[in-house]
Amino acid sequence: MELKQQAKTAVALLVILVIITGVAYPLVITGIGQGAFNRQADGSLLRDADGKIVGSSLIGQNFTAPHYFHPRPSAAGADGYDARASGASNLGPTNQLLLDAVESRAKAYRQENNLPADADVPVDAVTSSGSGLDPHISPANAYLQTGRVAKARRLPENDVMELVRQHVEERTLGFLGEARVNVLKLNLALDERFRR
Amino acid sequence: MSGATIGLLVLFFAIIFLITKPLGLYMAKVFGGERTPLSRVLLPVEGLVYRACRVDPEEEFHWTKYALGIVLFGLGGVLFLFLILRFQGLLRLNPQDFDGLAPHLAFNTAVSFMTHTNWQSYSGEQTMSHLSQMAGLTVQNFCAAAVGMALAMAFIRGLSRRSAQGVGNCWADITRAILYILLPVSTILAIVFIWQGVPQNLQGALSVATLEGGAQTIAQGPVASQEAIKVLGTNGGGFFAANSAHPFENPNHWTNFLQLIAMAAIPSAMTYTFGRLVGDTRQGWAIWAVMAILLLAGTSLSTVIEQQGNPNFDAIAANQQAGAEQAGGNLEGKETRFGVGQSMLFTNVSVATSTGAVNNTHDSLMPLASIVPMVYMQTGGAVFGGAGVGLYSMLIFAILAVFIAGLMVGRTPEYLGKKIEPFEIKMVMLVTLAIASTVLLFTALAATTDRGFAGVLNPGPHGFSEMLYAYSSSASNNGSAFAGLNTDSSFYSYTLGLVMLLGRFMIVIPVLALAGAMARKERVPQSLGTLPTHGPLFVALVAGFVIIVGALTFFPALALGPIVEHLMM
Repeated sequence: MELKQQAKTAVALLVILVIITGVAYPLVITGIGQGAFNRQADGSLLRDADGKIVGSSLIGQNFTAPHYFHPRPSAAGADGYDARASGASNLGPTNQLLLDAVESRAKAYRQENNLPADADVPVDAVTSSGSGLDPHISPANAYLQTGRVAKARRLPENDVMELVRQHVEERTLGFLGEARVNVLKLNLALDERFRR
Repeated sequence: MSGATIGLLVLFFAIIFLITKPLGLYMAKVFGGERTPLSRVLLPVEGLVYRACRVDPEEEFHWTKYALGIVLFGLGGVLFLFLILRFQGLLRLNPQDFDGLAPHLAFNTAVSFMTHTNWQSYSGEQTMSHLSQMAGLTVQNFCAAAVGMALAMAFIRGLSRRSAQGVGNCWADITRAILYILLPVSTILAIVFIWQGVPQNLQGALSVATLEGGAQTIAQGPVASQEAIKVLGTNGGGFFAANSAHPFENPNHWTNFLQLIAMAAIPSAMTYTFGRLVGDTRQGWAIWAVMAILLLAGTSLSTVIEQQGNPNFDAIAANQQAGAEQAGGNLEGKETRFGVGQSMLFTNVSVATSTGAVNNTHDSLMPLASIVPMVYMQTGGAVFGGAGVGLYSMLIFAILAVFIAGLMVGRTPEYLGKKIEPFEIKMVMLVTLAIASTVLLFTALAATTDRGFAGVLNPGPHGFSEMLYAYSSSASNNGSAFAGLNTDSSFYSYTLGLVMLLGRFMIVIPVLALAGAMARKERVPQSLGTLPTHGPLFVALVAGFVIIVGALTFFPALALGPIVEHLMM
């Protein structure tokens, strides 16, 4: 008797809650979001000077050409920055695979950027992020890449450095967030400012 | 710790402290059926729900009837979710034409979301249709959190009532939790998240040509609506595989901070609700203090370890020094915008509150830092803990502390004027043993079988840590993961699913039995021999018990995993 009564109520309440929280709630939020914050609700897409969508300001993408700033290493998908396969390396701190990867990335980084063989490399440049889609690099990392980018674009290094400085986002109130540079926005600005 | 991290901790604890009283008071009113500012709009809706379900909200249930309702509601939830996941391929709102989930994965996921664990053996953006995310997973995010809050209310009633048969009405508790607390706050949170960049649409993945001429396909969907209840309900199941590390789930430091507050809000406020309803708010604040002290200790410890970075990187000349131009520290698996400070606070708050969301990869934490989240889970999620669940988990420790302290001075132990007798202690021990035995036995099973080893990613002691972490997480219904462990296999799906069910119901039933037994008791007047349960002595006693019980039970297992790994470095 008690069992039957409670079972009936459980099913009825579940059905009602599916309608309220599983259908009405997300659809109402979608309506409000699309109406009030359309750009963000659709993924904060970025367009180039011609109006073509080149990605999302929140999602990092791969850059390997010398005239672009490079993002952090990525473990998302087979080639990195696959925005359908977010994820990290999950390698433990003592795993030899991680140590080898960090070592070879540091070596490549120094070579690309013409640094001495014993130069310190910013840790974000040699480690992969949690999402594999990290849109940012540290300012230290960006400054070290400036010489290479300027050379590849045949520009005075100071001009590029100036643009990087403008793209550094500092901590809010001095303690919230971290100093960072959005790589896609910076590269987009490079292309717009210094048409190739 | 850097000045920025200290500032972050001060701001976090200050805000949590400040919302505890108003939100706790509001929850006390909601669950007591009193009028609140939202009643004008919601009272008719609430009445409609009761009429449709033929519920009399005034009817008091004996603890067995309450427990029966909770079990059946969970069973129904699992079945419904299982069917949606199995057959999503035939249903609508599936822009990427994902197939239905394999039976083992559908079982694991359905159990995981119903038990408030939100363990994910799948990658959201490659597996789930929008319908599954909305009508499947989001629904259980609401229901599981509401059930946790309902259980806490039943437990509080057990302690506050005298000579009573009933512990409340589970249907009214669940309905009120959702209508008055979870739904309105989630709505506000979701809108703020969208404003800050979390997508909310019904489109499939978007293909773009990148600036350098490559191709990128960007998965999106109704993210914000799920994100809000994911954190507020201390659920933790992400829309994407990378969870709160994904820039679409957690775009910046504001959303990150808001997620921290949302995860801690209900567990923190529940302590005030408790104090208020037992008629002495100092009792609630004492419990709050135990939780806050343990959370602060764990956060400080793990932040310092992570900020020092990985000593193995020093030889490679990777610069891990924090400075004005970089966050530094062990950045493998961490996002630039969060650095170490906001990553470690997130790890601590998320695991302590049993949410299990991650904004950085726990598998890549330094070994000693990774002990901290494991201890939160192995002590049953008592440090703030899940919405509602954390309160009764900590009260179990409080009762245990009263009992042992009572034995030491030779008095009859009592808590809040209720005598603690053999039946109560049996229930307390059942709860304590349920977690310890399931975690240790199943970890041992995985560590000694080929099918267990097949899922391990990292070699050596770290691989053992992966297994220990997985079973600790599922037994305490947490959901946090050392994500390197591949659990999309029938071995892990079924054993983890079973452990989640054991972890939920082997605790829920003794806890409700305890509530029922306490409700029936008379209140004995305080005497000189009564141990005050609101002062610093009691706070220290309970905090000590949490650590000692956790440490003694799990130290040998932790020694085989993270401690050995640390010593090998």
